[in-house]
Amino acid sequence: MIDYSYTIFIPLIPFVVFLITGLFGMKWKPEISGWLGSVGLGISFILSLITGYFYFFTNVTDHFETIIPYNKVWLSFTDKLHIDMGILLDPISVLMLVVVTTISFMVHIYSLGYMKGEKGFQRFYAFLSLFTFSMLGVVLATNIFQIYIFWELVGVSSFLLIGFYYQKPSAVAAAKKAFIVTRFADLGFLIGILLLSFYTRTFDFSILTNPNTSVFSSMTGAGFLGMSAITWAMLLIFMGAAGKSAMFPLHIWLPDAMEGPTPVSALIHAATMVVAGVYLVARLFPIYYFQTPDVLLFIGYVGGFTSLFAALIAMTQFDIKRVLAYSTLSQIGYMMVGLGVSGYGGEAGLGYTASMFHLFTHAMFKGLLFLGAGAIIHAVHTNDMEKMGGLRKYMPYTHITFLIAALAISGVPSFAGFFSKDGILTAAYHTNKILFYTEYITAGITSFYIFRLYFKIFWNKNTQYEHKPHEAPMTMTIPLVLLAVVSTFGGFIPFSDFITPDHIPFAEHMHWGVAVPSIIIGLLGIVIAWILYRKDNKIPARIVSALGEVYTVTYRKFYIDEIYLFVTKKILFNGVARPIAWFDRNVIDGFMVGVGTVTLKASKAIKGFQSGDIQEYAFVYIAGTILFVLTLLYYLG
Amino acid sequence: MDILSFLVIIPVLTVIGILFSNNLKGTRVISAIGMGVQLLLSAYLVFYYLAVKGTGDLHEMIMVSDHMWFPSLNIHYVVGVDGIAIAMIALTAIITFAGIFASWEMKNLHREFFITLILLATGVFGFFISLDLFTMFLFYELAVIPMYLLIGIWGTGPKEASAMKLTLMLMAGSALLLVGILGLYFNSAPDGGQYTFNILEISKVHIPIAAQRLFFPLTFIGFGVLGALFPFHTWSPDGHASAPTAVSMLHAGVLMKLGAYGCFRIAMFLMPEAAHEMAWIFIILTSISVVYGAFGAIKQKDLKYINAYSSVSHVGLILFALLMMNKVAVDGAILQMISHGLMTALFFALIGMIYGRTHTRDITKMGGLMKVIPFLSVMYIIAGFASLGLPGFSGFVAEMTIFVGAFQHSDMFHRVATILVISSIVVTAVYVLRVVGILLLGPIKHEEHLKLKDAKWYERLSTITLLTAITGIGILPLWLSDTILGSLQPFVEKLAVFLN
Repeated sequence: MIDYSYTIFIPLIPFVVFLITGLFGMKWKPEISGWLGSVGLGISFILSLITGYFYFFTNVTDHFETIIPYNKVWLSFTDKLHIDMGILLDPISVLMLVVVTTISFMVHIYSLGYMKGEKGFQRFYAFLSLFTFSMLGVVLATNIFQIYIFWELVGVSSFLLIGFYYQKPSAVAAAKKAFIVTRFADLGFLIGILLLSFYTRTFDFSILTNPNTSVFSSMTGAGFLGMSAITWAMLLIFMGAAGKSAMFPLHIWLPDAMEGPTPVSALIHAATMVVAGVYLVARLFPIYYFQTPDVLLFIGYVGGFTSLFAALIAMTQFDIKRVLAYSTLSQIGYMMVGLGVSGYGGEAGLGYTASMFHLFTHAMFKGLLFLGAGAIIHAVHTNDMEKMGGLRKYMPYTHITFLIAALAISGVPSFAGFFSKDGILTAAYHTNKILFYTEYITAGITSFYIFRLYFKIFWNKNTQYEHKPHEAPMTMTIPLVLLAVVSTFGGFIPFSDFITPDHIPFAEHMHWGVAVPSIIIGLLGIVIAWILYRKDNKIPARIVSALGEVYTVTYRKFYIDEIYLFVTKKILFNGVARPIAWFDRNVIDGFMVGVGTVTLKASKAIKGFQSGDIQEYAFVYIAGTILFVLTLLYYLG
Repeated sequence: MDILSFLVIIPVLTVIGILFSNNLKGTRVISAIGMGVQLLLSAYLVFYYLAVKGTGDLHEMIMVSDHMWFPSLNIHYVVGVDGIAIAMIALTAIITFAGIFASWEMKNLHREFFITLILLATGVFGFFISLDLFTMFLFYELAVIPMYLLIGIWGTGPKEASAMKLTLMLMAGSALLLVGILGLYFNSAPDGGQYTFNILEISKVHIPIAAQRLFFPLTFIGFGVLGALFPFHTWSPDGHASAPTAVSMLHAGVLMKLGAYGCFRIAMFLMPEAAHEMAWIFIILTSISVVYGAFGAIKQKDLKYINAYSSVSHVGLILFALLMMNKVAVDGAILQMISHGLMTALFFALIGMIYGRTHTRDITKMGGLMKVIPFLSVMYIIAGFASLGLPGFSGFVAEMTIFVGAFQHSDMFHRVATILVISSIVVTAVYVLRVVGILLLGPIKHEEHLKLKDAKWYERLSTITLLTAITGIGILPLWLSDTILGSLQPFVEKLAVFLN
């Protein structure tokens, strides 16, 4: 048995780097903090690779053990209920460990070039380290409350990084929106955790996700609004996952989050943080599968809907980062579908395996797409694809690596995305035909919008640029090339040998019956994009005008933002907060002041009685006595 | 002389020392030294307490010392502390210390200001060490009355009216309280014998339930007014808005907690049956406080009003948690007292520092301050994060303990109230980020703000002291939480007696 206690350093190094850079970084030369962060993360990266190697390749048993090298009580409530801080290693956490540190390390190096000369370079690296620390905390959590704690920290690092350009009002607004929307989702997550822990009396994954556990027996009966307590709990927990993973209708923050620097979009809003929701569902998969299959199916439908919905929007956007953002939504939808249609044990667990596989490949090729987009923006100083074109001549590395990523996401055979997407489609084909067809169509749309993007940037018209675009520096191209290599060959990793819901490997086969049609629809999408966008022509404009309102509605992102704005501004701000403020000032405080005023008035009214005038007192005294005696006589008589 | 009484003697000596100083420099140095010693003493008490408990001491209160004061009515001067009282003393010491540095540049009548401020602190310290209801009440009044002068003389805006409103409402509360305390006194010997004001002795007798039903609401509301219990909270926004910085810090940071502490130590600990019976009424009121305060804060423009409403919400959460009447929730309530005390003091300190520079507290008239005063702005953002319950800061620990505790009740009423209260965390995020967005981020709104200077050393000292305590609790909460849980044992045992 290998001693894994060194894994504590994987999250701790970024944390220490964050503290040092955050406290003292402003006094240094900017480069120092960049290199400190990169070297620190490099060490974490190497440690993660070592852990991955030992965990997956030195295993001699027929399944992968869950290992907890470190676990300490952080805050205790009752004897059984306590929040621990610890490290849990199992196939998915080790996988995520590798994914997070890889992408984070790439982004650290890339940013040395991309952020060079930016004001707040040190701050940027401090926040990157904070984010990496928090994300690793989520990944390695041993209990659900630990996930929640780091979940919030991830949220705040996302807030800080989206709002990095804090003098830009749109960036500030986007950061705020992201935080509040995910916070709202986390409210569900928290209530879900409370419900779950009330009945099971534990936060611990080793008890909760044990398929043979009996802790849920008391939860299946108790009901509220026709659903059992466990259904409510798992549904609410999924709400948290949907918020972070930007599932419909909680997706609105992600496109706006593109206001952050592009390396941040690659790291947080494409490769790692936004898949935290998928990771959470995968982490709790045994509960979903055995206790609440309905919720699991619901998750599949939410994922399926989001993937189609986002892909449709992605076709119409012109900001290259927004296209990629909607594409991210769509691809995360795929992962959710994979989990939603998965079974448990043996080949039935294909959906789960493929979902994790897609998480891995997506992190690589989407990270690559974003970093490529960053290189492009760095060169032409705009996000608008209408102002680009013909860039293949100026940026050869970026062009080739971007093309590889586009082929990977389109599911062209032998590239990474092909294998993982095929796994999800196969799993869906065998269990749920509606989800299968949704995802099948989405695959076609995906290859269309990504190649629309590709052709418009690198081919199409030969735009005249103010400054001649140039290839990015080495610090930026090296990560591109490395990620391109993984995006090309990563698909050949036999994932079912490593990651399955029950930790027991199974043999996966190629399903040509599903794969061939999906290759065809993928290529079809590419061909249509080639016809419409390889050369500048009038056909796209004609299609737009032919579609009319349908196009406008899609372009306006189905007006979801407007609906949210109406609910928050009109109903919550003006309908609740403003009346409460008024009510407080005028009614409640008015009443308190009124009590004071009445007291004052009353005292004024009766103070005349104490005039100090002896004659008046004598008169009142005598008159009163006479009146009293007369009354007495009257009644007695 | 016992050690605890020094907590009262040191401030009094400091006041006497100030009387002999004739300039601002001397005054503030004497104040800082006095309160610094006080801080050290309270730190010593913390370690002493932990050491005593480490030896397995099972006494409810330690360092108890009893002096007869007024034999005919059996009034004593009794002091003694448990883990909760010590935590509150440490909180008060930290905030007073930070408050002195936040008032470093007090120009107007500085001697009188520091004297009154420290007298107020004396009252608070005295309150927390007292175990005799009568002396406790005495110290309570000593803490409330200087407030009138501090706001009325050194305040801003409509200061006289605010001071008047605050004092009158709190005095009305004290009137109820006095009746409640006398009620306890006259029922402290139901089987004959001598009446007593001693909390420890009263807690051992069973107060007739009819008396409890009468005096519990009086005591709870009496203290509740100070804890900004809805609908008796309206003194808070006006009072805070008009008060000078250090007074806001002490008032929101400590005095409101004094109300909550009283609710726990007197109303609920001595009359648990009535508390249990009537909890539902106050749970409704405090739930309203929490949500209403949070919504009330959204639409405000004045920084101090925002924070005052936020305090209504957060202190409402303390009272709410107390009323849940189980070990975990009450533990959370006390954590929240400390946590909110530190956070809100930090907030008010920062607001004072920003106001001292920009001469306005209207957020719509400021913007982009991050660029010109980064230290204060970063501090403000951190305080905001702490306030919205971000892990790593004390607020998260306290809130989560409260929520987990409150959720131990499985009936629909408690559940619904809890969920309603939890939902306030989203609203809190909204108003905190709104202020951060308008005030600190974005482009600079006014040219003249470009010339602002960042924090001076005393301002840094003041804010860093508070922040250290906030993060200390937030990162390593276990020792504090365990100390409080240990001290809650008598309360829990008392509850168990009649619940079974």
